Amino acid sequence: MTLAALRAVLGGESKSVSVTEQSSRLTPDAFMSLTASILSVIAKLMAGSSVRWVDCQPDTCQRVYFANHTSHLDALVLWSSLPRNIRSLTRAVAAKDYWDKTAFRRYIAGSVNALLIDRENIKVHRSPVELMIQAIGDTHSLIVFPEGGRNATDEMGEFKSGLYYLGKKRPDLELVPVYIDNLNRVLPRGEFLPVPLLSCITIGPPMWLESGESKTEFLRRAREAVKRLKDI
Amino acid sequence: MTIEDLHFEPLLGLLQRADWLNEPTYWLVGVVIVALIVASVIGQTLKRQPENTVSPALLRTFNQRVRAWWMMFAILAAGLLLGPTCTIVLFGLVSFWALREFITMTPTRRGDHRTLFWVFFVFTPIQYLLVGVGSSFVKLESDSAVWWADTLGLRGVDLYGLYSIMIPVYASLYIPSRIALSGDARRFLERSAKIQFSLLICVYSLSYAPALMHLDLLTSKPAVGNSSLSTGDVTPPEAEDEETAEAESQTSTTRRPWKEGGQAGLLFYFVLIVQLSDVFQYAWGKLLGQRVIAPQINASRTWEGFVSGVLTTAIVGALLWWVTPFRIWEAACMAFVTAVMGSAGSMTMSAIKRDRGVTDTGTLVQGHAGVLDRIDSICFAAPVFFHLTRYFFSDFA
Repeated sequence: MTLAALRAVLGGESKSVSVTEQSSRLTPDAFMSLTASILSVIAKLMAGSSVRWVDCQPDTCQRVYFANHTSHLDALVLWSSLPRNIRSLTRAVAAKDYWDKTAFRRYIAGSVNALLIDRENIKVHRSPVELMIQAIGDTHSLIVFPEGGRNATDEMGEFKSGLYYLGKKRPDLELVPVYIDNLNRVLPRGEFLPVPLLSCITIGPPMWLESGESKTEFLRRAREAVKRLKDI
Repeated sequence: MTIEDLHFEPLLGLLQRADWLNEPTYWLVGVVIVALIVASVIGQTLKRQPENTVSPALLRTFNQRVRAWWMMFAILAAGLLLGPTCTIVLFGLVSFWALREFITMTPTRRGDHRTLFWVFFVFTPIQYLLVGVGSSFVKLESDSAVWWADTLGLRGVDLYGLYSIMIPVYASLYIPSRIALSGDARRFLERSAKIQFSLLICVYSLSYAPALMHLDLLTSKPAVGNSSLSTGDVTPPEAEDEETAEAESQTSTTRRPWKEGGQAGLLFYFVLIVQLSDVFQYAWGKLLGQRVIAPQINASRTWEGFVSGVLTTAIVGALLWWVTPFRIWEAACMAFVTAVMGSAGSMTMSAIKRDRGVTDTGTLVQGHAGVLDRIDSICFAAPVFFHLTRYFFSDFA
């Protein structure tokens, strides 16, 4: 864990988001949202996460939050740390091959309104980026992990091109970099039992695709934007 | 097997202490409430004064500290009032949180993950379970204690023998071997030491504070001098009474079971003394501080603050002797040792934080940095206070 984030976790601006259960009508939707509330409480207890908004405010405008990926908990914890009204408008992008496998996983993914994308079986005109744009319409925001898979090393992996095409096809979307610190110690790759350490989520200033910016240039800039948050 | 045989309730009823809360304890709690109210009033009054009377930064720190003391006091008092079981659970949760802060601050590697899981979810709960049961199987004060003792075949066994060595011996052997199993040899010794140390400080040492509840306290105080306390009159005996008491105690060195106060009071006294010693050392350091003890470690701790703070703590500790089984001079010595150990704890934790480049370790209580920052002195003082009390003021044979 970096010193900056350590200071934030241990001595800084933590923001506790209270989660209240919704009305107890016993519809499947109510169950789903109850599951979501419980999941986010558990995730927050386990990850002890503090959230920092740096040069960025919570907003219901359409955004793509892009973050480094080191743990299974990343999506859930990041999603849980958004304010409630924003959370209901935000969908995390997850791998269909994993989250569609069992009924339980499907239920979990459904309750947090995750957007399942097929990584293996990509069809023409149904590319992941197309699917994402279709799914968010003009109200929802996305959480993506441009590294593709979870990263086992300390160094962040190269970004895949999806983020670039998202920015190109929908230039109105705010692309918001997020750095997730210490979650890889809470639940590293290949482990199934979490260790309840304190983690830190830093949400940085939005960025856009510049005119005439090449794919590699943009992806490098986006990666730097996430990396920079590590030391703030 | 009927519902009664299942003994659900006993889990809660296992820990029953006859003299848990007594009148002197309530008086001490009252004194602390009054002191906190006075501190709050002073803080709020100074806040309304013109700027130049007192430095605003100092005042803000003071007000934050007072607020945090109220919170600490409320939590501890609630635990004590709800009974021994709640007190154990409370200290267990504090340990858990402190351990969380400590490990977060300390870099570990992937290979330590499963070891850490053991530390958090096995050793910590077991330590508090053992401390919680403590001497219940010897005392057999409740039906459930009898039932559990017979069921487990542990009648007459004091678990002190186990909880006083479980972490320093068994956990300390287990941790490096579990890390070795993970197959990652890099910085092996360092990683083992970090995890062992965090468990030792945050869990093992702190658990000695609630363990005080198991001691069969003895006192050398004359029974006559104290009868006034048990009838509710808490005004300290006159000075001449004390002199006669001293004279008496010199003629007869026999000790008698201490029935006038409760273990809750002794625990509260201990925590109070450690906190006071922090305050006094800080205050005297501000007023008289000249020679810094170790500038590389902590720039605000001075020899003047340390000596004056420890002596002041000893005096205040002596003045509160009526809540403990100690005579006045014994209370002064205990408070003295407690203050010295508390100071050692703060210095050690400062060194660790300085090494890691952080100033505080958490945010739970506003103005009081982390849980670990507040309890570091308690952690270091608790085992020494416990063992001194056990050896000199309890029937441990």
